Amino acid sequence: MVDKIKLSDLNKTLSEYGVEALQGVSIEGDIELEIDTGAGGVGPLFAYYFGHEVAQVAMQLIKFAKTMGYPVEGLLQPVAVAQAVSPAPADLAAAAAVVPEWKVASSLASQKFKVGTDHTWKHQIQEVVLGATKSDGGSRGKAITIGGEKALPFFYDTAMPNRPVVTMDVFDMPIGMAKAVKINYEDVMNSPAEWAKKAVKEFHADLVTVHLISTDPLVKDTPAKEAAKTVEEVLQAVDVPICIGGSGNPDKDPLVLKAAAEVAQGERALIASANLNMDWEAIGKACVDNGHVCLAWTQLEINSQKELNRKLMKVAGVPRESIVMDPTTAALAYGMDFAYTNMERIRLGALKGDDELTFPMSSGTTNAWGVREAWMVNSPNKDDSAWGDRMLRGPIWEILTGFSLAMAGVDIFMMMHPLAVAYLHEITQSLMGLIEAETPDTANWIKMEV
Amino acid sequence: MKETSPLNLYKQLPQTNCGKCGEQTCMAFASGLIARAKKVDDCPPLLEEKKYAKKLAALRVIVAPEVKMVDVGVGDMMKKVGGEDVMYRHQMTFFNKPPFAYDVTDTMEEAKLVERVKTISSWRKFYIGKWETVEMIAVRAVSGDPSKFAACVKKVKENSNFPLILCSFDPAVLKAGLDIVGKDRPLIYAATKDNWQEVAKLAHEYKVPVVLSSPFDLDGLKTLAVTFEQMGITDLVLDPGTAPNGKKLQESLQNFIKLRRATIEEGQKDIAYPTIALPINAWATTDDPVRAAYWESVLTATFVIRGADIMVKHSIDPHSVMPDMHLRFNIYTDPRTPVQVKPGIFTVGKPTKESPVFVTTNFALTYYTVESDVASNEIDCHILAVNTDGIGVQASVAGGQITPAKIKDSFKEAGFDLEAEMAYPSMILPGMAAKFSGELEDLFGGKVKILVGPEDSGRIIGWMKDRWPPK
Repeated sequence: MVDKIKLSDLNKTLSEYGVEALQGVSIEGDIELEIDTGAGGVGPLFAYYFGHEVAQVAMQLIKFAKTMGYPVEGLLQPVAVAQAVSPAPADLAAAAAVVPEWKVASSLASQKFKVGTDHTWKHQIQEVVLGATKSDGGSRGKAITIGGEKALPFFYDTAMPNRPVVTMDVFDMPIGMAKAVKINYEDVMNSPAEWAKKAVKEFHADLVTVHLISTDPLVKDTPAKEAAKTVEEVLQAVDVPICIGGSGNPDKDPLVLKAAAEVAQGERALIASANLNMDWEAIGKACVDNGHVCLAWTQLEINSQKELNRKLMKVAGVPRESIVMDPTTAALAYGMDFAYTNMERIRLGALKGDDELTFPMSSGTTNAWGVREAWMVNSPNKDDSAWGDRMLRGPIWEILTGFSLAMAGVDIFMMMHPLAVAYLHEITQSLMGLIEAETPDTANWIKMEV
Repeated sequence: MKETSPLNLYKQLPQTNCGKCGEQTCMAFASGLIARAKKVDDCPPLLEEKKYAKKLAALRVIVAPEVKMVDVGVGDMMKKVGGEDVMYRHQMTFFNKPPFAYDVTDTMEEAKLVERVKTISSWRKFYIGKWETVEMIAVRAVSGDPSKFAACVKKVKENSNFPLILCSFDPAVLKAGLDIVGKDRPLIYAATKDNWQEVAKLAHEYKVPVVLSSPFDLDGLKTLAVTFEQMGITDLVLDPGTAPNGKKLQESLQNFIKLRRATIEEGQKDIAYPTIALPINAWATTDDPVRAAYWESVLTATFVIRGADIMVKHSIDPHSVMPDMHLRFNIYTDPRTPVQVKPGIFTVGKPTKESPVFVTTNFALTYYTVESDVASNEIDCHILAVNTDGIGVQASVAGGQITPAKIKDSFKEAGFDLEAEMAYPSMILPGMAAKFSGELEDLFGGKVKILVGPEDSGRIIGWMKDRWPPK
């Protein structure tokens, strides 16, 4: 902070700091002096150098004043100033000695705290609508809007217009999962439609994602047309907006996602996903032709993300309001730092005006379950402290993976564990101020009985 | 430090290029100061020669971190609190992981107290080649009785060398604690608008860092900070309040963001001190311990990510400590340091001709995980780290950074001939790269056996029992 003081205050200030060399010097007039009071405390050493600096500045100002014609000479005893500017080292001890004895202040120095907002955030993230109701040509019970931010999530600069949402995973065949997850789905594992219903009714999913993993040539090689039937079943089973995922096979996915996009025509589904290693143009066009939103997936690289977004818009003709980005979710303890920073940089870049990045973001939060700490019974390292109950450990892994990325700017989360979904909803909505609760008196924490 | 040009630091150096700091030139040392890879104290002439006294003082002011760094504890156990320079980690890095202080109380019966102190002090987990631990113990004065508090502090000190936070709003209670551990530089919690004079006297007398607490009142917080600074007490930690739920929780996070932004982006020195968060307050919202521990983790993440510099926590159950520790680790990982190991062949233990050869990527996290899994189970072996530009197995298989041809080339580049050197010419692929096995068999002309290992290296030990040596 820069303080403004008058030269006439110098004496007083310096004597308070125990620098006596300028005593007897009086300077009058309204010349203002700016001094950076710097960091750190006011120990004797600091006071000594502080005095030294001030005296030098005073000398310069006096010279300046003299050239300007102010009658300063009579006010000044040059010897005293010279002494202040180049004191002998012995004076250091003297300066320290005259610091007054420490006394507790008699009253509080009343202050006001002020802080600004980030003026570089001038651009808004694109709002994207997922799902279409009957009036918009679809059959969903309601549509969901994501994005629209003008600041980082939960910052005070501008309120977030839309809350983060969760789309729960549904697979088109039984798959291996961590025990803590599996116990929730054992009864519906063979029916994507029942699975989707359970996710919505019991676990409060905002959307569901139907993953057509059986289409992978190395899994079941289910034909695209047959896979599309699963999408129809899910659309009939639930009325929330849906996402449609492929198997991740770069050759098969364009065919599968095109067929799925066609059966879901007009529903504004999120099609997951187009990436640079496959025929992204075919997927982008399938979205445009059938009225869907395209998920643009890249691997932890901001420039690839820009490239893919640009190509989807300019080559495939996907409109701005129909793009969501998946910059890749690396899970907690397994590269989450990369995912977090990549997303935070993407969001900051967008807010500052990079219009190739001003899109909502999606996170494959389910990746958390790939981390051994989320599912393993015990540590493979015999010298670790005990890892505790994995049934409790796993859901936290998914919560923290998702929530960290919510702080970086993610708008839609693909998740699996019902408890993780509930906590993610609760914390993000709490930080938006949407949840009323009786807050305990925080001053009582010291005496709290737990 | 706001300064980004080494030239401006160079002006304050001796400019003799004496080399005593380990750098060849003063300019290189100046660059090291900017990156905080070097400290002012690494320049002997600047410290020792009187003629540089002024430069030294000026340099210290320039390189001081934007958020003041406050030391808590002494000796090897001392922890740096604060000392941050950036708002977002990609701008450089966050430097000092916020210490986790787990609580004990002066109303615990002795056996339980000792057990808890030992659990806290001994918690550890191996991660990326190092042991991760927690750092501090917060002693809460529940009884309100100075002698009981002193007895508790004494017992804690007997059983742990962790730095302490002494927690009470009663100066008499704090003093009783300080009489036991005042020389160990504990952090005292807290001075408020009501007790500040008495607590200031204690901070001055015992020369200990002190928390200033003014929940949900940043004017009040700044008032306390300026008042203490004017009394020459500058080892301060700020408590802007941690509400565990409702709209007050939103306000709490916003206050932390405001303080960090005022300090780092606006250079406001009056409040440029580290902050303390209290995720322990989650326990005031519910009687259900699972719910409380989960919510405590969520609060911990909230404030670790947005810049709290130290925190008081309660759940020492492994299912809470592990994720919180990893979250903090991830956020405080230095993004400037590549998390890669050098590609090539590594040996673990004392491998012989009969030992297995594992294939993985050069992502440091992947490599060290495999290494620690085999080493802790005493499996002597070779590990080939394939250069995937530091991408893990699953992602590099999907992204093409690891391929059968690349694996073959990596063995060749490392000068490792599986056929000539191994009794069972074979390699063990990561389970997630299983699909490479056919192509690799062909590439090696069927002379090297391609085994598919488990998807997680933690299961190598079990896998070995059934499948090694290969039949």
